[in-house]
Amino acid sequence: MPNIRFRLNGAETDIDADPDTSLLAILRSRLGMTGPHFGCGAGECGACNVIVGDHAVTACDTPLWSVANKDVTTIEGLGNAQSPHPLQRAFIAEQALQCGYCVSGILMSAAALLKRNPDPTSSDVKAALDRNLCRCGSHNRMVRAVLRAAAEMRTP
Amino acid sequence: MTRPAPSSSAAKLPPSLAANPKLSSWIRIAPEGRVVVSPGKVEIGQGIVTALAQIAADELDVEITRVQMVRASTAGSPNEGVTSGSLSVQQSGRAIRQACAEVRQIFLAAAAERLGVGTDVLDIGDGTISGPGNVSTSYWELAGEVSLDRDATPGAVAKSSSQRTLAGHSVPRLDIPDKVFAHPRFIHDSPLPGMLHGRVLRSELSHAALVELKEDGARKVEGLVAIVRDGSFAGVVGQTEVAAELALAALRKGANWSSRETLPDEDGLAEWLKRQPAELSVIASKRASSPLAKTRTIRRQYTRPYIAHGSIAPSCAMAQWNGDRVRVWTHSQGVYLLRTDLALVLKIPVANITVEHMEGAGCYGHNAADDVALDAVLLAKAAPGRPVRVQWSRADEMSHAPFGAAMTIEIEADLDAKDEIVDWRHSLWGNGHTARPGRAELPALLAATELATPFPRAIATNPPQANGGGADRNSVPLYDFPSWQIECHRLTTMPIRTSALRTLGAQGNVFAIESFLDELAAERGEDPVEFRLRHLSDQRAQDVIRAVAKRAKWKPAKRDGAGYGLGFARYKNTGAYCAVIADVEGTEDISVRRLTIAVDVGEAINPDGVINQIEGGAIQATSWVLKERVRFDSTRITSNSWTEYPILRFSEVPEVQVEVMSRPELEPVGAGEAAHGPATAAIANAVFDALGLRVRNLPITRERLIAAMELAS
Repeated sequence: MPNIRFRLNGAETDIDADPDTSLLAILRSRLGMTGPHFGCGAGECGACNVIVGDHAVTACDTPLWSVANKDVTTIEGLGNAQSPHPLQRAFIAEQALQCGYCVSGILMSAAALLKRNPDPTSSDVKAALDRNLCRCGSHNRMVRAVLRAAAEMRTP
Repeated sequence: MTRPAPSSSAAKLPPSLAANPKLSSWIRIAPEGRVVVSPGKVEIGQGIVTALAQIAADELDVEITRVQMVRASTAGSPNEGVTSGSLSVQQSGRAIRQACAEVRQIFLAAAAERLGVGTDVLDIGDGTISGPGNVSTSYWELAGEVSLDRDATPGAVAKSSSQRTLAGHSVPRLDIPDKVFAHPRFIHDSPLPGMLHGRVLRSELSHAALVELKEDGARKVEGLVAIVRDGSFAGVVGQTEVAAELALAALRKGANWSSRETLPDEDGLAEWLKRQPAELSVIASKRASSPLAKTRTIRRQYTRPYIAHGSIAPSCAMAQWNGDRVRVWTHSQGVYLLRTDLALVLKIPVANITVEHMEGAGCYGHNAADDVALDAVLLAKAAPGRPVRVQWSRADEMSHAPFGAAMTIEIEADLDAKDEIVDWRHSLWGNGHTARPGRAELPALLAATELATPFPRAIATNPPQANGGGADRNSVPLYDFPSWQIECHRLTTMPIRTSALRTLGAQGNVFAIESFLDELAAERGEDPVEFRLRHLSDQRAQDVIRAVAKRAKWKPAKRDGAGYGLGFARYKNTGAYCAVIADVEGTEDISVRRLTIAVDVGEAINPDGVINQIEGGAIQATSWVLKERVRFDSTRITSNSWTEYPILRFSEVPEVQVEVMSRPELEPVGAGEAAHGPATAAIANAVFDALGLRVRNLPITRERLIAAMELAS
């Protein structure tokens, strides 16, 4: 098995695995990161979104080899209860979910958006989240939460 | 301490508590300062755990942070059947409120004895019971000497709405922090020690027979633990998820299937439903005391397609055998009901099976949650002592899980010389809306029909009218028509598997009734709000319609290519009242710009939770109306991916405004299903207002608009 090295939430990570294995399978089963969720396995729902470099990608159809020497950020690397990311605080403040299965992927799409556009409009947010599916109908609350986080992040 | 005098409603225990009377099965006081609450209902993303914790904390006078909610398990939880039908607040909430009221009383009596004072001078604050002269004790101190292993009695009186401090307030949901910080709560994310992974091999064909299975390819996969085959049921167990997937792919190459089922022609579905063998029930019949003269009859037919649950998570379960006993972890909506069906299939006593709930993604009804539990149990047999986790594929989820039933609905109204309605006839055709486990002599689990000695497939039925009905849910108008006849034809064949989807038949029936009323109002040139109000004597119904009309500034001035429509229903005719005004625009593709909603759920335990459910329901209904239709050819379901079965996306979601009517003095009812029917009808009526086209066949897609245009010209 070849060895593949990448940075996972800032930490150097080495994995011996078939390079064609999906990043999602590696994250969930080998690295114990269960934040990215399996939803469809075909890059159609976004429940598994992680950030590679500066972009949100669907980990389920991203082969391991393609992240060699890159930075991978999962929801676990975004923030935690002790030190939450503004997006996580905002999603709690807006009660922006119902079942929450899609939310870890949506937070990653939103985080990637705020990196490249710190002052998005509501339409910008919707466009950035358009490849993420939510079945509970929490969309409007999520958009509000992203705008709230963006405003907070812009405040010095 | 003053409590209100017992009311007559306090004379009887709430049904859930009467069925599970032992107080300790609901509530335990832990000496370290916690209140452990054990409901029989489960979290399915609707926020029920928070609402129930609010009720318990309020009644017991403790901070909500002291309340620990226990997941339902057949090992000890009260048996509350299934978490469905927007009944959890009514059933579990009332039981917990009553049980807590009695527990509070028991502890007050014990405290009075210990402190040597009367209960009437004692007060409770966050579990500390104090009286005059700084004497005090607490639930926690008394926990050791007070036994709750006793049956509830009807005597205890719960607080009045004005005495409650938590119920009625928007307490943040208890589960949300875990979900945004990705702390494992979902069954999918909770591996057990020593766990193996299973996958089931299913054909794309509907109800296919496995004629031949070559195993050599799969046997070569590194990490394979077992290949399981029993008739047409086949699967693999692997050391890892990747190994199980690889083995499944190899096994698929060696499988040869034959089709056993011919599916109907999807374009002729409405008529096909009417031609099938069916059981006829008269749902309601009302005759006018003096029959009124009709001068003409108007007849319309409305349809809705099969609709997929479309949970974002594929169904998942874990099972572990130890000797002849099996433990199952599931996101089923009914742990006891699932256990009943597992016992039927396995032919072992229910006592040998423990079924525990773990959270899954939102399910919106009976999806494959129960099916995958049997899959896990069957595969885990090949690895005694080891837990086996099974997860379905997206394609299986979208093609083998039950669907919400397609419906054909015909309504006829007789009108008198002044075009007033003098008689109303509503007939519907379709499969039953529930085939949930645990309710019949036959198991309702998919794999049971695939075994070498198979069980026949359970044909979906309709719940009794006393429980809100199934296909007939909301088919009886809430309007004051002088006479009516409501009939339901339930199919006794079922080539496409159906079971409970959020609202059962209510979405279809409300769409039909409210569309037809809109047509009749338009025919008369009467305002649809006024037309409805004139036919409603129920004050709460009138109030939500007036509230929504006011909020939406009914009726906004006409703009080109835009339209406004109203929809109203009282869910099940006994639950929440909901009125929706839709604001749509578009010519070829309809987009819903805004939904304005007024809802009356009685006492709103958690108002923001109610808004979240109503808003989510309205958005989900928008998705059903604009986009959703299960597709199939003669042998298989073809809409087995998100590309083939698109749902509403962020850029397509309407703005939603919800007004919750303040009714703290009235019994609380659920909010999860109240908005779907009214939102559906409001959108269809708004499309008519915008384009002058009446779309009577859902979904309202570009092709349906063209068809309606052709019909109109």
